[in-house]
Amino acid sequence: MTKVTDYISKQKFMEELNRFRKGSITRRHFLNVTGLGAATAVMGAALPGLLARPAFAAGDIGDRVILATWPNYHDPASFQAFTEATGAHVQMNVFGSNEEMLAKLQAGGSGWDVFVPTNYTITTYVGEDLIEPLDTSMLPNYDPAAYDPRFSDAGSVDGKLYAVPKNWGTTGFVVNNNHTGGHKMTSWKEFWDMTMDSFSGRAMVHDYQLTTIGNALKYFGYSFNSIDEKELAEAEKLLIAAKPHLFAISSDYQPSIRNGDAWMSMAWTGDGKQLNTDMPEIEYVLGVEGGEIWSDYYAVPKGAPHRDAAYALINFLLDPQVNAKEVLAHGYPTADAHTNKLLPESLLNDPILYPAQELLTALEFGAAVTLTDPNRAELMARFKSA
Amino acid sequence: MSIRTRNWLLLAPAGTLFLALLIVPLTVVLVFSFGERAPAGGVVPAFTLEQYANLPARWTAFKNTLTLAPIGTLAALLIAYPLAYFLAVRADPKWKTILLVLVIVPFWTSILIRSYAWIFLLGGRGLPALLEWIGIDGVRLINTPFAVLVGIIYGYLPLMVFPIYVSLDRLDKRLLEASSDLGAPPWRTFLQVTLPLSVPGIATGCMLVFILLMGEFLIPAMLGGGKVFFVGNALVDLFLQSRNWAYGSAVAVALVVIMLITVTIYMRLLNRLGARRDDVAIM
Repeated sequence: MTKVTDYISKQKFMEELNRFRKGSITRRHFLNVTGLGAATAVMGAALPGLLARPAFAAGDIGDRVILATWPNYHDPASFQAFTEATGAHVQMNVFGSNEEMLAKLQAGGSGWDVFVPTNYTITTYVGEDLIEPLDTSMLPNYDPAAYDPRFSDAGSVDGKLYAVPKNWGTTGFVVNNNHTGGHKMTSWKEFWDMTMDSFSGRAMVHDYQLTTIGNALKYFGYSFNSIDEKELAEAEKLLIAAKPHLFAISSDYQPSIRNGDAWMSMAWTGDGKQLNTDMPEIEYVLGVEGGEIWSDYYAVPKGAPHRDAAYALINFLLDPQVNAKEVLAHGYPTADAHTNKLLPESLLNDPILYPAQELLTALEFGAAVTLTDPNRAELMARFKSA
Repeated sequence: MSIRTRNWLLLAPAGTLFLALLIVPLTVVLVFSFGERAPAGGVVPAFTLEQYANLPARWTAFKNTLTLAPIGTLAALLIAYPLAYFLAVRADPKWKTILLVLVIVPFWTSILIRSYAWIFLLGGRGLPALLEWIGIDGVRLINTPFAVLVGIIYGYLPLMVFPIYVSLDRLDKRLLEASSDLGAPPWRTFLQVTLPLSVPGIATGCMLVFILLMGEFLIPAMLGGGKVFFVGNALVDLFLQSRNWAYGSAVAVALVVIMLITVTIYMRLLNRLGARRDDVAIM
């Protein structure tokens, strides 16, 4: 009988990794076949034999650093380079929502060294005393002057720096133009109307109250951040009416869009870019009514077990050379002018990464209260269990 | 060492585990369920029944779980019984071990990976494409209660097969011969001898599968596309998304109570069944 193991062989893993790095398969496929993307992607620490030994005796930052982040958001080659330079392996935990990250930190003992909160969560983390003020002397690669303040100011609370910018982006939707009959989609109104009409059974919304409710509010032209009871009630009506027509409620929409089961889904910039690169018929649309613009940050939780390694990793990833490679890999723009200088002109003019000004002005940053509002949370639960 | 001390020592490891991992957490959950949600999430201690009064808001989750868990258990039983019977009674002893191992093989891979495989199999390019090829168009399987049921049966089948197999394997074959010698046709032997004697296996298998299914959240989330909402999914959302620990605890307590009631009724029924069989045996 053949030996069956619950992980793929090292040789197969390396083959897949190489195929992935050559770009012949997608990140999502790589994460799926290797089982790394499913729940917890463990790079480095769990597979130390695969990674190169440090080129020189490392300092005293320890042998690992634990990173909590989002799916499809890093270039695995950067982590390998970090390990080669410092001897510390990067162990990566992938999350689906800011709430989930907050819940883990609130419960305590997360064991994380670095995590990637979104702009609207940082005041909550500070209020709950869950993150530490950053020591900029340990982040020489962080140059505040190089950042567009729109995407960096949420990192400071009451004049103290708690988080440094990673990437920014927008929340729009992807649509497969093979099924639109030549019609060009432009609005959230169309997104919801199509969902309940010719795209019935083919549309997906995020399993995330902030964006799903926010973009339902946009149907009526209300603020993405509304917590007004009357406006939320209208959004709920729309969501409940649309639910039987949805293909799925899930933030893991790339596989279904790729295999053709779903024709349309709410989507974030990088997923839109990744899909559009592999399948040109997939278009990324920002609703004319507006929607969300966001900025993610690197932060260090209080009591991080490998604090020095945490700073070393953030500093490494902020190095413009490394950061440029990251942007090329995941397709999310950065607000760092030094990094942008290193990026190809075509990318800086890409309409998915850098939408037209009139579309951008209509977008809103999510607010802290939007995330923590109990009424929105209950609305989402009613929608999901309807 | 006295016998008493020795007995205590024997029970100590399991007892400690039981206390630390069951009694203490359940007590915490019970205490939380009377609390209130803190403004930024979590729980503030209080004594209010508000969370319990809110339970009807998760009625759909309870309804889905209490429908699909029994259906899934029954379906798994109907598929597992003939298989277990074949393995225990009919299979060539030469092949028996290999066949038994094959039943467990799926357990060697994580259920998560196996569910991903089902996403592909039931998705548009899997079974529906095959059906289209033979002329049946427009079949949607993924993200339906049916897909969840398939995932459930597939995931829990081994748990049902083994207890039944064990009870059938231990069956005294001379009883079957006796039944046959006394003129009973095979179907009658099965109904009056084999089936009653395998009831303990059926009971164990059903209980195992049913109890685990009541807390299931992964299969509905993955194969139901977030549209087939179980109590397990409601709990994950309450603790990890809306961070309403107080309400989440109340839902958890309700689930435990429902399970206790169901299992108690189930045990009563079984005991009565057992008692009746004894009467028959005496007659």
